[in-house]
Amino acid sequence: MSPADPAVAPWSPRATWVVRGLGIAAAVALAATIWLGLWVTPPDQVQHNLVRLVYIHPPIAWVALYLAFGVAAASSVLWLWPRTRSRFWDRLAVSAVEVGIVFTALTLVTGSIWGRPTWGVWWAWDARLTSTALLLVLLLGYMAVRRVPADPDSRARRSAVVALVAAVDVPIVHFSVDWWHTLHQGATVLNANLSPTIHGSMAWTLLLGFVAFTLLFAWMLAIRYRVEVLSEHLQDSELDVALHERWAEGTAPVPGPDGALAGSGRPA
Amino acid sequence: MAPAVLLTTAVCVTGRFPALAGVDLAVAQGEVVVLEGPNGAGKTSLLRVCAGLLPLTGGEGTVLGCDLRRDAPALRRRVGMLGHAAALYDDLTVAENVRFAVRAAGASPSHIDAVLDRLELGGRVRRTQVGRLSAGQRRRVALAVLVTRRPELWLLDEPHAGLDAGARAVLGEIVSEVVAEGATVLLASHEPEESLPLADRVVSLVGGRVVGVRDVGAPARRVVAVEKLRSVPGSVHVA
Amino acid sequence: MWRDTALVAGKDLRIELRSRVVMHQVVPVAVMVLVLFAFALGPDRAPMARAAPGLFWVAVLFASVLAVQRSFALEAPDGARDGLRLSGLDPAGVFLGKTAAVAVQMVVLEVVLTAGVVVLYGSHIRSYGSIVVAGLAGTAGLAAAGTLYGALAAGLRVRETLLPFLFLPVAAPVLLAGTRAWQAALGIGSGSAGDPWVRLLLVFAAVYLALGVVIFGPLQEAS
Repeated sequence: MSPADPAVAPWSPRATWVVRGLGIAAAVALAATIWLGLWVTPPDQVQHNLVRLVYIHPPIAWVALYLAFGVAAASSVLWLWPRTRSRFWDRLAVSAVEVGIVFTALTLVTGSIWGRPTWGVWWAWDARLTSTALLLVLLLGYMAVRRVPADPDSRARRSAVVALVAAVDVPIVHFSVDWWHTLHQGATVLNANLSPTIHGSMAWTLLLGFVAFTLLFAWMLAIRYRVEVLSEHLQDSELDVALHERWAEGTAPVPGPDGALAGSGRPA
Repeated sequence: MAPAVLLTTAVCVTGRFPALAGVDLAVAQGEVVVLEGPNGAGKTSLLRVCAGLLPLTGGEGTVLGCDLRRDAPALRRRVGMLGHAAALYDDLTVAENVRFAVRAAGASPSHIDAVLDRLELGGRVRRTQVGRLSAGQRRRVALAVLVTRRPELWLLDEPHAGLDAGARAVLGEIVSEVVAEGATVLLASHEPEESLPLADRVVSLVGGRVVGVRDVGAPARRVVAVEKLRSVPGSVHVA
Repeated sequence: MWRDTALVAGKDLRIELRSRVVMHQVVPVAVMVLVLFAFALGPDRAPMARAAPGLFWVAVLFASVLAVQRSFALEAPDGARDGLRLSGLDPAGVFLGKTAAVAVQMVVLEVVLTAGVVVLYGSHIRSYGSIVVAGLAGTAGLAAAGTLYGALAAGLRVRETLLPFLFLPVAAPVLLAGTRAWQAALGIGSGSAGDPWVRLLLVFAAVYLALGVVIFGPLQEAS
């Protein structure tokens, strides 16, 4: 069952080339970001080489919080809306959530690494980290609901509701955790580092970082979408097998008391 | 007249299991159809599909003029179902349960006393909490709920199970009456002696598909039908 | 919709009055949680009094999970929603009715817990007004989000573990805001104003009530 097999192709050949192009562009941009970030740009006066994380942590966070979550939420709304309902949106939503889980976990890891030398601990209840951690749990909740065995329509319905409830919660979580900090301690260390004093080659590298990770997200989204389509094909063929087994239950015809036997249920 | 139920190659998959594997069924308005078949054949699933509770995975279905894929919520309030488990609240009394169900359906609970008396649920039983009743009495309460709501389509899943002879007789009368008023009845039953006298047709279900249909002609109902013929516009045959 | 709301809320509350499950089981569990926290924080009252607002809201959060589970368990032993779906009730009305019944039960629970906190931890309430408003707003939000997720999980075999897993992260802002509002009302902590937190609780409640009304109907279609 190769992707080139026309019966299973999740999209047109032209789309396959677009996705390949995305992958190549993402790889190139990422390589450029790493090269620029690690070698070309200067270290910070205060944070020395640690500041190089600024080229990947904010872009990853942006992808996780806004892109992935935004796509998941928008797809869920479009699926729930009867006029635009289509399996495409359901598949897109689950792909966005799964890729989002990867990016959210990476946000936490890079944020934690960044904070460790400054704070001395692996985890601090920083506003951003805390709300990101909560976001990760919300995304995991989506996947938990997804695993419940159900027909595709019910599963899509429940998943879409979870995505919406979580999406609506995200801004509330942000505000509450932000206030939790600013009302007590003032701005966090990380926030201070993202102030717009980045300029020159650092600014360009940062921008490239955003572009690179956005491309990476788009490519991973497409790949995950294809996996979902293939998985549905597999389930359909499993269903065919199950149907045949079900029909086998009824191969021995059941004659009525008067011997009459009809194939359909239409009235005589 | 449009059929009350029309299913074309209906496929219904619950989880990974195809409960219905391609059912073709047409039931005319005012008919009583009995579903028979071995355990696991899909009788309950078929009834639930007709109630709009189970979505169709494949095929088409129209019940009471509502498309099963699009208008299921609108269909559900016009349908009455007597399932395996009575959907009753154990902590409320019989009267409270029936009154709630009637008001939920948008009707006024004015004639529930007569119905309760008919099903031998009057007097002290009325004020007893449903959780304290026997299984047979609980079935009667569920039946009372259906009778007071008077839906257009009755879906009865093993209605005779748990009912004593008296209640079975009352059920038979009720079926005859509502059919004479134009309702359609779908019955799943393992007890042909009880259900065949009421039936117009018997549909045999095996492995999620219809394997046989036979006309039976409802001998017990013909008597009632003759008397009600004057008030019902020609939807009931009299041989 | 409002007629159905009243019908469902009345039915749920009447069942609670008869069966007294929340009164006799959920409230004692919540009070027990307070007592256990006292064991955990040591016999000295000072740390308990300082932590009292947070402990109160943690107990409320866990109790709300139980209350929502009970709300759907009483529909059928396995939580099946067939009865509600066939009843002809407006789904938005069912949502609001169940939310209202859960909220009423939670308010009663919170009164008991407040008394528990005052007695057990020695807290002094300075501003009753903000406590009441914060409590009501937080309760409404928890009941709304809980009922929405409760309906989603009802009837699933994994419902007992799925509901807390889904609900508790979503409810985290209520815990945060409620605690801060209580701290302001009890005069604990840095004394930051409780007002923005109360407003957050109101926003949370409004958002989830609105979301539930809109989305409960489509959710019911899942078998």
